[in-house]
Amino acid sequence: MSDPVSALNHVSYVGIARVEETGLQGMITLRGDLSSAALGKAVKAATGQEVPDVRRAAVSGDSGACWMSPDELLLLVPYAEVEAKLAALNEALKGEHALAVNVSDARAVFKVSDGPTREVMAKLAPADLSPGVFEPGEIRRTRLAQVAGAFWMEEDGSFRVICFRSTADYVFKLLSVAAQPGSEVGVF
Amino acid sequence: MLTLRCPYCGVDADETELQAGGEAHLKRYGPGSTEDEFHDYLFTRENPKGVHLERWRHAAGCGKWFHAARCTATLEVFGTYTAQTGEPTQEIKDAISAKRPGWSWREFS
Amino acid sequence: MSTRLQKQGRLIDRSKQITFKFNGTTMRGFEGDTLASALMANDQMMMGRSFKYHRPRGVVASGAEEPNALVGLGEGARFEPNQRATTTELFEGLTSISQNHWPNLEFDVGAVNTALARFLPAGFYYKMFIHPQPFWKHVYEPIIRRSAGLGKAPDKETKDADTYEHFYAFADVMVVGGGVAGLQAAKAAAQSGAKVLLVEQTAHWGGRAPVDGGTIDGMEPGAWVEQTLAELQAMDNVTLRARTMGAGVYDHGYALAYERLTDHTPGVQGPRHRLWRVRAKQIVTATGAIERPLSFAGNDVPGVMLASAMRDYVVNWGVTPGQRVIVATNNDDAYRTAIILKKAGVDVLRVIDARTSGGGALADEARSLGIRVDPGKAIAKVKGGKRVKKVAICNQDGIGGAREEVACDAVAMSGGWSPVVHLWSHCGGKLIWDDAQAHFRPDPARPPLGADGNGFVVPAGAANGPVSLGEVLADAQTAGEAAANAAGFAPKTADAPKGEVEVELPMEPVWLMPANADTPLRMKAWLDFQNDVKVSDVQLAAREGYESVEHTKRYTTLGMATDQGKLSNINGLATLAKALGEDIPQVGTTTFRPPYTPISMGAIGGEARGEVFQPIRKTPIHDWNDANGADWEPVGHWRRPFAYVRPGEGVHDAVNREVKNARENLGLLDASTLGKIIVKGPDAGKFLDMMYTNMMSNLKPGKCRYGLMCSENGFLIDDGVVARIDDDTWLCHTTTGGAERIHGHMEEWLQTEWWDWNVYVANVTEQYAQIAVVGPNARKVLEKLGGMDVSDAAIPFMGWADGKIGGFDCRVYRISFSGELSCEIAVPASQGLAFWEALLEAGKEFGVMPYGTEALHILRAEKGFIMIGDETDGTIIPQDLGLNWAISKKKEDFLGKRAQQRSHMTDRNRWKLVGLETVDGSVLPDGAYAAGEGVNANGQRNVIGRVTSTYYSANLDRGIAMGLVLHGPDRMGEVIEFPGTDGKIYKAKIVDPVFYDKEGKKQNV
Repeated sequence: MSDPVSALNHVSYVGIARVEETGLQGMITLRGDLSSAALGKAVKAATGQEVPDVRRAAVSGDSGACWMSPDELLLLVPYAEVEAKLAALNEALKGEHALAVNVSDARAVFKVSDGPTREVMAKLAPADLSPGVFEPGEIRRTRLAQVAGAFWMEEDGSFRVICFRSTADYVFKLLSVAAQPGSEVGVF
Repeated sequence: MLTLRCPYCGVDADETELQAGGEAHLKRYGPGSTEDEFHDYLFTRENPKGVHLERWRHAAGCGKWFHAARCTATLEVFGTYTAQTGEPTQEIKDAISAKRPGWSWREFS
Repeated sequence: MSTRLQKQGRLIDRSKQITFKFNGTTMRGFEGDTLASALMANDQMMMGRSFKYHRPRGVVASGAEEPNALVGLGEGARFEPNQRATTTELFEGLTSISQNHWPNLEFDVGAVNTALARFLPAGFYYKMFIHPQPFWKHVYEPIIRRSAGLGKAPDKETKDADTYEHFYAFADVMVVGGGVAGLQAAKAAAQSGAKVLLVEQTAHWGGRAPVDGGTIDGMEPGAWVEQTLAELQAMDNVTLRARTMGAGVYDHGYALAYERLTDHTPGVQGPRHRLWRVRAKQIVTATGAIERPLSFAGNDVPGVMLASAMRDYVVNWGVTPGQRVIVATNNDDAYRTAIILKKAGVDVLRVIDARTSGGGALADEARSLGIRVDPGKAIAKVKGGKRVKKVAICNQDGIGGAREEVACDAVAMSGGWSPVVHLWSHCGGKLIWDDAQAHFRPDPARPPLGADGNGFVVPAGAANGPVSLGEVLADAQTAGEAAANAAGFAPKTADAPKGEVEVELPMEPVWLMPANADTPLRMKAWLDFQNDVKVSDVQLAAREGYESVEHTKRYTTLGMATDQGKLSNINGLATLAKALGEDIPQVGTTTFRPPYTPISMGAIGGEARGEVFQPIRKTPIHDWNDANGADWEPVGHWRRPFAYVRPGEGVHDAVNREVKNARENLGLLDASTLGKIIVKGPDAGKFLDMMYTNMMSNLKPGKCRYGLMCSENGFLIDDGVVARIDDDTWLCHTTTGGAERIHGHMEEWLQTEWWDWNVYVANVTEQYAQIAVVGPNARKVLEKLGGMDVSDAAIPFMGWADGKIGGFDCRVYRISFSGELSCEIAVPASQGLAFWEALLEAGKEFGVMPYGTEALHILRAEKGFIMIGDETDGTIIPQDLGLNWAISKKKEDFLGKRAQQRSHMTDRNRWKLVGLETVDGSVLPDGAYAAGEGVNANGQRNVIGRVTSTYYSANLDRGIAMGLVLHGPDRMGEVIEFPGTDGKIYKAKIVDPVFYDKEGKKQNV
């Protein structure tokens, strides 16, 4: 056993905004009947959050629950606790038709902060990120240039961006190009 | 560059988030079907100028397949609906009728 | 000569001088100049040569519609051809070169084409190229390639030094054009609360109004523009963007806008261009109008210019194209040019007005300034080569005789105005003919339709047909309100600002000057300056039977390329209509294509260049591979090591070394890219039985089974090992390229066909690093690392187990794609590199070496294992490959079963997989076809098979191959011939495809 290493090991870049890989984040893909009481209880126990409504992300620190599709959630848990949380989930969901798998190492997480973060994201995703349209609490699954990704906004205006681990290097470079000096758009 | 509203996540999805899936409401024929039935299932498709029912997947979004009713000539979208149905819903048929009275598509109208 | 005037020039700052270069000569201009105005200030009227005849060409216009003044800008990595001098803002150190000439601008060999013009008529290329093929190589290519085409492409060795980006913007109302109409429409829309995006292609707001005069609400137009701009800037719901051109309008309110950020300030940090990818509920096109040239002989001589452009140069940049000017017109507007020139101190010799009635109030004002007005007259011909020298004047209603010659050095022409309908038309908006103004304008009854079936483009101002300032502003107000309303906002109705200008008399269409010009004159009357199309060319096309305007366009090249008919369209249509004896509306118009003017390739690509040109997917071991000699092979977006090349070693030496080592000692393969999909649920077994050709529901937990997947058409789409994890959970391995595709395939069937089945799938491919530990020493290295029992008893062939090895959490699959003793071991991706390094360290004493994809391929080929993509190509069924053992006969149904019963699928003449051994041991060429008896209908030898995989096997020291051969399995031992593209005939014997360890003993130890 050796220390686990995130995809890009906390790499960062500063341009008009700051881009950094946040490191290891415990993540569980949970598929099941989102209206089931047992599932709701299990989610609450694992993350402290209710089952989120359509396109909502309820995240606090490194714990949270994000709506991914009508039968799928992404649960965020502390990295060190993921196996224990997974075991508890599986125990709680015994008898339910559900699937819970650890995907912590299958993903990379970035933080985009300290600058015109909406603009940096709007250079890469075909989504309306205007204030009033996209606000903290919503998760958007979309495309980041040529790969799939998802992001939500924190109350401080920073974005958390999730992509597949294999594309972490591409997404980091994308975000860096989008945050290059002198590239402010000035619309939001 | 179309925009279609995904009926699952409610996003007005840019076409670049979507994957086209061809004609909707095909009936699957498997072993035991006749040569003609199977041939039609695999190869015979509508090619209408006007109302068309199609499959799309919100591929770079929630990942779900859905159906869209639209006009191939003007690209007008009459509505989108979930994929878990073997035929267009009454609501969709009404929406099409409101815009294209007297329409028909395969056995539906 | 063209010079800078002492006064005038509202856009230039005379206190800021700028130095620039044109064709190597250093020149000076002022801040605020365009390259065109600065060149004219330096008496450089001739700016290039034409496309076909290489005729001297001067600037004609003052904006985006300029067809002639195309130059090459910049040098080296920043060189760019075909840039318009009229839209290039001058900056310190700008370098530019003129185009289409050899050896130089003043003396050009190609200009001989103009003397041969009558041998190069319309359709010349079409007619010429029918000639025999050898002409292509020896005549057409060498000569025509040299003389045709616009600017030179940048040097292939240089790479664009700049960066570019996209920006996704959303607006309720997008307004294209920042003239007075655009400003007013934006204001009207924004007052409803709608989110408005207003873009203007130039650096300045207000469009033509500050030059053309009149008053708006009693103010000078310039002052009104400042005031309105300030109001818009103060509104939170309005975004204003100068130097941003509305380039195209597409389906469902999608529009492209092209922002030029640093073209005028090179060296400033940041992207050069930004392409705005806009989704707007409504788009207002306030794109103005473009003045039409008049068709008279010599209308392309440098010094002949649009009347409106000439006054732009005077008012905006304080430059006059000549000292003695003649104005030719069919309308009142051109008198403004005469008046402005006269007031600026330029000699206006006379106004030649084709209308017998002459002009109205503006004509009177011109006369009062002492300008001679000649009604009913025409220019018969402009004389001069590289510069206007004289104008021959005749009656408009004649053939061009009885001429009076007047010496002059510039001619202003005006044939009326055409609305810029490009953006309206891009997405299907239709046009109607306006007889009074002799132009096409948007037909309000037939707009481009959006997603809701209603129109989503609203034309405003001059782009909609109105000409006078008052009408333009009123129309813009209406358009802005209508757009806001259609976007779902309640507009605050308000009166439009009151615009007042001199009342103008009607224009009269003039399609040729003089009206019945004789042939020699028509052969010098240009319609399309950029593409060298003359009145006589269009007439010839009509005579040769080209009745459709779209055909005529292509035959003559009228309105093609970057011009998109901005100047030439209406004059060309009118000429064609007249030649066909039809009305203009019957002839119709050609289709306007986006972009409105060319945009850079960089902007289209956006961020996708250099390192992020495309995603490169990386395994957790990627960086180690890179640092240890990986010769990369692209597999989808992944990069996998083809081989690990050691210093002093060739790639194929490395492959041979790796292949032997895996059989003799210990090989490691980074197999992380293989797809891993979890399938779980009460119906998972039933589902997998549909997905795979073989039975998966009866697989026991702890066991693995090789499976084949087919499409509903019966063709093989993927293969891989399936492991049953527990009662209701399976893990399916896919090929490297197949993970996302097969995951999508499963989701598609679950969501759209069997949505009532209780099955969930999840793609966990990237959660794990997977490493194949291969070779006789495989177990030794695992035992040395210690942990779980990896004995044959604990994990037999085709079994799997969870445990720890060397302290790492592992799942060990005892499977083999090499025929050796082999385990594929999955560890969490975050520890993949550490586990890989631990195996390498522990494996030293066992002769460990990593191996790449080529060794993987050879090892599997030695064993006769198929590879998706080599043995399959989308037309191959499992039965072709002798895989009948993997097709369940017990199952009632699986995807592909019915298709495989179709007659063509059961045809015994389908080519079947066999091994191939060259008679002399050499390596068969990849993809080679086997030739059989007889010839086909084309006289070619019949083919009876082809090579699907071919390698040099270091273990067998000979070439080995697999191929599909007609009746192959029945022809064992037969020698067949493969003609190579090198002219040689390769002879190969048909053999069993398993070349190595036929009994399969090595993997079972």
